[in-house]
Amino acid sequence: MTTVDDRPAEQTAEIGRDRRRKEDQRLITGRTKWTDNITLNGMLHLAMVRSPLAHAKIAGINTDEARSASGVIAVFTGADIADIQGVNITAWPLSAEQKTPDHLPMPLERVAHAGEIVAVVAARSAAEARDAAELVDVEWEELPAVLDLKEAATDAVLAHPGLGTNKSAFWQLDSLEGGTGGDVDEAISAARADGIVIEREYRQQRLIPAFMEPRSTVVDPTGEQVTMWSATQIPHVLRFCIAATTGLPESKIRVIAPDVGGGFGGKLQSTPEEFITLAVARKLGRPCKYTETRSETMVSGHHGRDQWQRLTLAAQKDGTVTGLKVELMADLGAYAALVGGGVPVLGAWMFNSIYKFPAYRFNTTNYYTNKTWVDAYRGAGRPEATYAIERLMDELAVEVGVDPLEIREKNWIKHEEFPFTTVAGMTYDSGNYEAATARARELFGYDELRAEQQQRRESGDPVQLGIGVSTFTEMCGLAPSRILGALNYGAGGWESASIRMLATGTVEVITGASAHGQGHETAWSQIVADRLGVPFENVEVLHGDTQIAPKGMDSYGSRSLVVGGEALVRAADKVIEKARPIAAHLLEANVDDLDFAAGQFTVKGTDTRIGLTDVALATFAAHNLPDDVEPSLDADATYDPVNFSFPHGTHLCAMEVDTETGATKMRKYVCVDDIGVIVNPLIVEGQVHGGLVQGIAQALWEGAEYDEQGTLVTGSFVDYTLPTAADTISFVTDHTTSPSTYNSLGTKGVGEAGTIASTPAVVNAIVDALRPMGINDIAMPCTPERVWTAIQTAGATQDADMPSDAQPHFDADAPNQDDPGSTTEGAGQ
Amino acid sequence: MTRITVTVDGTSYSDEVEPRMLLVHYLREVVGKTGTVIGCDTSNCGACTVHLDGRSVKSCNVLAVQADGHEVTTIEGLAVDGELHPMQKAFHECHALQCGYCTPGMIMQAIDVLNENPNPSEEEIRVGLEGNLCRCTGYHNIVRAVQMAAGQEPPGDAGAGATADATAGAAS
Repeated sequence: MTTVDDRPAEQTAEIGRDRRRKEDQRLITGRTKWTDNITLNGMLHLAMVRSPLAHAKIAGINTDEARSASGVIAVFTGADIADIQGVNITAWPLSAEQKTPDHLPMPLERVAHAGEIVAVVAARSAAEARDAAELVDVEWEELPAVLDLKEAATDAVLAHPGLGTNKSAFWQLDSLEGGTGGDVDEAISAARADGIVIEREYRQQRLIPAFMEPRSTVVDPTGEQVTMWSATQIPHVLRFCIAATTGLPESKIRVIAPDVGGGFGGKLQSTPEEFITLAVARKLGRPCKYTETRSETMVSGHHGRDQWQRLTLAAQKDGTVTGLKVELMADLGAYAALVGGGVPVLGAWMFNSIYKFPAYRFNTTNYYTNKTWVDAYRGAGRPEATYAIERLMDELAVEVGVDPLEIREKNWIKHEEFPFTTVAGMTYDSGNYEAATARARELFGYDELRAEQQQRRESGDPVQLGIGVSTFTEMCGLAPSRILGALNYGAGGWESASIRMLATGTVEVITGASAHGQGHETAWSQIVADRLGVPFENVEVLHGDTQIAPKGMDSYGSRSLVVGGEALVRAADKVIEKARPIAAHLLEANVDDLDFAAGQFTVKGTDTRIGLTDVALATFAAHNLPDDVEPSLDADATYDPVNFSFPHGTHLCAMEVDTETGATKMRKYVCVDDIGVIVNPLIVEGQVHGGLVQGIAQALWEGAEYDEQGTLVTGSFVDYTLPTAADTISFVTDHTTSPSTYNSLGTKGVGEAGTIASTPAVVNAIVDALRPMGINDIAMPCTPERVWTAIQTAGATQDADMPSDAQPHFDADAPNQDDPGSTTEGAGQ
Repeated sequence: MTRITVTVDGTSYSDEVEPRMLLVHYLREVVGKTGTVIGCDTSNCGACTVHLDGRSVKSCNVLAVQADGHEVTTIEGLAVDGELHPMQKAFHECHALQCGYCTPGMIMQAIDVLNENPNPSEEEIRVGLEGNLCRCTGYHNIVRAVQMAAGQEPPGDAGAGATADATAGAAS
């Protein structure tokens, strides 16, 4: 580890240790509690009847045959559960003017995308339910569907005719208006006259989160509380959504997320399937289970990304950037999902990345189409932003004629300039881009690979070598509640923790951050073990059940450790302060004379001491406590972050490109991330590796594709090409450490870093390999076919060799190119 | 309905099943072996991998009636008297799992890879695991775990976090 911060590192027993995970034992022996493993007495199984059409009126539904099929108990349509089915809400309307179609779990009149549910069968077995679902006869009146984002912008065909437009909302962040920078139009005009203007349009293809555990929900309506087990990232938020829309009082709802098999944002949702299972269970008064097939996951679970990005970068001739203008079009799919229109907005503060741009404007216009809804997928807004700026910085380097690392260094924030307030208005507390880059360069063998690239170019090797750079930052730790409020988000961003000191010396930790593979049980144990001086093994971490952990905002946005970990520290500190007067009483000492360290209260200057767990036992007995002290050491804390955290890193990727076939092969990948203080390096490495592959997969393999009828043709793992072990390589990872100054542990968050950084590194490498052929872009995923086609058509359509003043400029009449001054309805920043 | 007799994790079971029932449904719903899970419906993901007479199969790709008279080992039958199988230990030691959903199938397949080839190269391990999808780990630490279970010196300290000295170029 390369420590670049000169703050003395606190030597602690557990934090920083590569503890093997507590969670593993049950997972490696098959003693798991996935939702689909739950079976209750009298439980019925549900199967959904889904629309095969992208847009259609429901003219009639005949359920007679299904009702009389073997094992069937009931069949319901939307009309049958209309009184209790609730609504799938969006938490983030971007403005008061946002157009938001009603999203009923089971629509009564019209479906707006293929895969929407129009009827549900409840039967004694899953097989019988599925058989009977085939017998439900739906009469459709097909409506014209809008499937393409740019066509949606024309309003020629409407995804929701009742809205009168496909446009959901417009949202802007402008540095001149916000007082955080200059006028971007002025910067671009000046660069056109005497500088460099780079104009590009990039496509962020639609992706599918593809967590490994299909979603599943079990509802038991027979107790005093209705209990829902669900494969969700957000039991607490889900409980709120149910209470807010179904008429069930919040106090009558218990939501449990048992073992959850991955999420990546894909389980950050309140889903039609959850609401329908709840409604059917309540109607029938019996426990019900619904487990989706993978094909259903693909077509109905929300997708990610799906943007067009039009970008204008202005710079002086020496490569000093003077302004950046971002014009996004974002496809929300058929409905505004939970985070929904807010996902592109999460990128607004990140297009300027690690750079000192003097002027900046971000516009996004969000549209509806008749496709699966779109919401958060690992990184959510920030990978899109990072991709755009890191691709642009490479283009700028080419224009100036310098190395891509050099152009970045010319523009990035120097380490002595922190804290630094960016042109987007965010204050980055700490970082050291020089150190991370130097270390990555060294591990990569940058100069040697550049020399090999040159040699291959000169020899006309059919396999060319490209080197891709991505120097990223991200904002983690969602989120300060006052900022969420200012952005019109429907909730706060705090997190909660409780610590219970048990009589026999063990400790229960309750966290509101609900894990689904991240290893909270291990990392939280390490934090508490250090703070309270108790053995790692004696800490039990409880989460994911609204009855056990009543308060929480759950896990997403790389927030668990940064926000939830700080709540934990504060709860632990409260335990110590509650124990202090009792310890003083037991030691017959003055409270002010006690020191607490390594689990022991010691009277200053003596060896008189008592352990915290002994105080806990004495408190339990409560025979000998000071007056006016309650017999409890237990403590709660709810922490609202003061700011985001800003991890960063330098990623370097070498790709070999076969110019005869278009095949690409990853040769080497090095990343040096600065995520602040690391609690468990083993878990951190795992997060980085997995994140890298998800980002690499966007660059090379994945993409959700629809046909002209609106059918998802990548609707299974046969067609949606997830990477395998044979497609990927081993990675070289390392860290520099600039502790966050915004929380007491100095942590910054790592869950999304790899995904955010890796996509542009890979595409930059492929383009770099082919640059001498006149290629300056290849659309993602960069399949061999696309790479081969680019090579075949190079020179005819590519413009990399043209002087910058001859580059085509955006057509002022094209969609999403309106003068921002005339389209600023909706909320500005 | 057809009567089948199958030995699962050392215990013999005799049941009436529908001829169309998949082995994975038999294991989960009839025998109660929920350690074996379902991740897709196209036999791509490998989460349901078990051993049938000692060879790995995707149990969604085998009918229960085809297992009649045969021996099935699932993830739940690997540990003997509480002692974990070396592959289970290696997955834990190398942090080769995160959410753990692919893990049962991945471990069963990894054991099969080493049964076939006790000393595989990294490339051979990667190809051997190609039919099993993992969305969390990026496969890096899974490969390390198989190397550890094979008794190979890992190319760098997979467990210590900073794997800067782990050589890259695995695919080269």
